[in-house]
Amino acid sequence: MNRETSRRTFLQAAAAGLGLGAVVTVAPAHATPEAMQDAIRKVVGSSRVSKGRVKLELPPLSENGNTVPLTVSVESPMTPADHVRAIHVFTELNPQPDVVSFRFGPRAGLARVSTRIRLANTQTVTAIGELSDGSFWSASAAVVVTLAACLEDA
Amino acid sequence: MASALVNVPPRARRGEIIEIKTLISHPMETGYRRSQLGAAIPRDIIRLFVCTYNGTEVFRAELHPAIAANPFLVFSTVATESGTIAFQWTGDNGFSATESAAITVD
Repeated sequence: MNRETSRRTFLQAAAAGLGLGAVVTVAPAHATPEAMQDAIRKVVGSSRVSKGRVKLELPPLSENGNTVPLTVSVESPMTPADHVRAIHVFTELNPQPDVVSFRFGPRAGLARVSTRIRLANTQTVTAIGELSDGSFWSASAAVVVTLAACLEDA
Repeated sequence: MASALVNVPPRARRGEIIEIKTLISHPMETGYRRSQLGAAIPRDIIRLFVCTYNGTEVFRAELHPAIAANPFLVFSTVATESGTIAFQWTGDNGFSATESAAITVD
């Protein structure tokens, strides 16, 4: 009986601790979808961004937000006249919206890059492809993150 | 201190698109974490990666804190001529690392 009570008190204390933990972890400032739009604006200027041509591959569910494999590619002949200049990757809810910018020339042969990124939350990742004719293309992928990066150690 | 691994095919046909893989050991400290005592841990990341092929830049990546620790990059280039493919990583606190690989193009 006594043991059971202490177990209950322990569980209550644990639950209180978890609740406190949740309150604390909500606090860090993070980017917002608006901040992401601003960051994208900074890259594309006043150009129109169309959907398509960019292929963004991310796992739909990631157990560890500290390393999420990402592959991004843009279909392009990669000739001096028609190639991909850059691919930029943005997130909505990381502490800052920029993730990475890849810059290519016709010598890259293929506009396709793989890397590993951090995700602080379940969110949508957006990739913007910048072509040599000055047009911008985008793709988005939603990722569910179980263990958030930035807050916990890997 | 920093150890880099690069994977470049040793031989290629002229005009072939080759895949290059690079991995470098680096904590990529975001600057948003706190130590157990609550003090902010300052940012320490690699900001720039550049790949040159016989002196000509073929690929560049600007990294931000959202890149996972030990940055891993896979990209491609066209095998144009025999020579050296050089890699350079630069970052916060004067971080700089270089690595190169030879390639024979027939």
